[in-house]
Amino acid sequence: MAGKTLYDKLWDSHLVKERDDGTALIYIDRQLLHEVTSPQAFEGLRISGRQPWRRDANLAVPDHNVPTTLKERQLGLDGIVDPVSKTQVLTLDNNCKEFDLLEFDMNDRRQGIVHVVGPEQGATLPGMTIVCGDSHTSTHGALGALAHGIGTSEVEHVLATQCLIQNKMKNMLIRIDGKLNVGVTPKDVVLAIIGKIGTAGGTGYAVEFGGDVIVNMSMEGRMTVCNMAIEAGARAGLIAVDQSTIDYVKGRPFSPAGNDWDAAVAQWQQLHSDDDAVFDATIELKGEDIKPQVSWGTSPEMVLPIDGNVPDPTQESDPTKRDSIERALQYMGLQAGQAIGDIKLDKVFIGSCTNGRIEDLRAAAKVVEGHRVADNIKLALVVPGSGLVKEQAEKEGLHKIFTAAGLEWREPGCSMCLAMNADQLGDGEHCASTSNRNFEGRQGFGGRTHLVSPQMAAAAAINGRFVDVRDILKEGA
Amino acid sequence: MEKFTAVEGIVAPLNRANVDTDMIIPKQFLKSIKRSGFGPNLFDELRYLDRGEPDKDCTGRPLNKEFMLNQPRYANATVLLSRQNFGCGSSREHAPWALDDYGFRVIIASSFADIFFNNCFKNGILPIVLDEAVIDALFAEVESTEGYQLTVDLQTQQISKPDGSVIAFEVDAFRKHCLLNGLDDIGLTLQDDELIKGFETKWQQNAPWLFNAGQ
Repeated sequence: MAGKTLYDKLWDSHLVKERDDGTALIYIDRQLLHEVTSPQAFEGLRISGRQPWRRDANLAVPDHNVPTTLKERQLGLDGIVDPVSKTQVLTLDNNCKEFDLLEFDMNDRRQGIVHVVGPEQGATLPGMTIVCGDSHTSTHGALGALAHGIGTSEVEHVLATQCLIQNKMKNMLIRIDGKLNVGVTPKDVVLAIIGKIGTAGGTGYAVEFGGDVIVNMSMEGRMTVCNMAIEAGARAGLIAVDQSTIDYVKGRPFSPAGNDWDAAVAQWQQLHSDDDAVFDATIELKGEDIKPQVSWGTSPEMVLPIDGNVPDPTQESDPTKRDSIERALQYMGLQAGQAIGDIKLDKVFIGSCTNGRIEDLRAAAKVVEGHRVADNIKLALVVPGSGLVKEQAEKEGLHKIFTAAGLEWREPGCSMCLAMNADQLGDGEHCASTSNRNFEGRQGFGGRTHLVSPQMAAAAAINGRFVDVRDILKEGA
Repeated sequence: MEKFTAVEGIVAPLNRANVDTDMIIPKQFLKSIKRSGFGPNLFDELRYLDRGEPDKDCTGRPLNKEFMLNQPRYANATVLLSRQNFGCGSSREHAPWALDDYGFRVIIASSFADIFFNNCFKNGILPIVLDEAVIDALFAEVESTEGYQLTVDLQTQQISKPDGSVIAFEVDAFRKHCLLNGLDDIGLTLQDDELIKGFETKWQQNAPWLFNAGQ
């Protein structure tokens, strides 16, 4: 019999019941909650008179609607100007009180983007099943956990039953062998993958990332890669547990300690695909081939290397694709064949659950240090992924480097990744953004998003346009 | 949940691939703490020429006349026809809530994003996957025939076309059962509560650190 994949192992260990109709009940170890996708789930519990099955399995944090200026944050809930946003944050606070769930509220120092907070607290552990009403829950797969986004009805289902009704996904392996060149980051790796397989390439699969590039990647980098598995269509991204994983988890507030620690590590060391495991699909990339990536269009698969040119729809034979390219060019205000380096930028956003961790901020700070934001950049925001990331960055003096260069240093939250708070693009503005989606209107009505790595965003901020960060880092070396 | 048995209705064609959930319902409307009332803002940025806000009355807003939902021939449509990877992007259940609130009961596309697909069934909407060639033919027929209607019968898993021909479709047995009977998943799962408790006890013995409320 063939060996098991990591996904098979996680699935099997959490299987409560296989039902005759082919679905299964899967036990959920951790549910993360935020203010946008939970209110209707709590309302459902109230209407049906149900209570949470296991209170300690839940952790809540408001992130999408929170303001990111210090002045607003110091006012607490009253600092949220938009009354609808304020109600949503207040509703999470009230629901967590009513149902007695742990919440890091808006001004708790541990508050942040739910997908940054989970791993940071050790609330995300290897071998867990983790869900959240948020598609970027795939992030947590970087720690060898089975983690994926769910809808609000399922949030209610997990609250009430600690289980999820699932159909087993297929297994895909994406292997990136070799080495990355200087200036090429985990973000470029995952954008290159999406460019190759498309935004539906991973639909129906749990995708495991492997190969030398992943083995040698930091835990935070692995989180960036798994975070965007969903942009390749895969609900869950996964990476095998190794010594880096174990070192990362050790000593965090929710992590096991003492005898539990040794028992946990022994189990975690089994969390990898067996050598003879069979994948339904395998995709291979070479690390050396990957260049810094920039998205040009309105889907994450519309991505090019920095030295690329925007596509010409007349060269596309598939009518649906041609139509998509034409629409994207029009929305983005770009010409067919235009060089990526010739796109005029207006704003820069460094942050999000994709790239709002300390390593991301360090990498961006290194590029901007000693430079000034270009005159054509109206706003360059740096938004740490959590309060603890912010504290660490300030300890290292990164905030001073950013502010000296003319970037704004903000309070933690989702911010301009999806612009549910006041941080938004204006109509027609181009933004170099370290976030994860470049859909029409995502960062503001009429806004034009270009997805890039933190280094590339930093380089764009000081040059006013996209430049190849490899050249900058080479000069600096 | 409302039962789904059969739907007979006008087909609205959204002829593009990768329709994402930000397009279906833009983020500013996600601030609502309710499940209902999203219909007027369905496809807000495609439907209107100005910028929509929560609580803004949509009746006087300038319409994008080019957008199909604003064309009288597609008024009161209950079947939405689109292309591959429909519903990609975020997990927001507000997307099916908005489609449902507008009046759509069936969505036909050549493929769907996983989370959206699943969310539809939780809200009495039937997503149907058909081959690209069949979708091409449907677009041609819908766009050339005013008042084009389809009848979608979940029990028999068949779509009947105006010319009397029939297209069969696949649907997962459990999801079909739930839709047909308007069943609440949670109630069904809780019938297995002893099984869940049994699993949990063994699981806690095996990995007690997973039951650690934080320190």
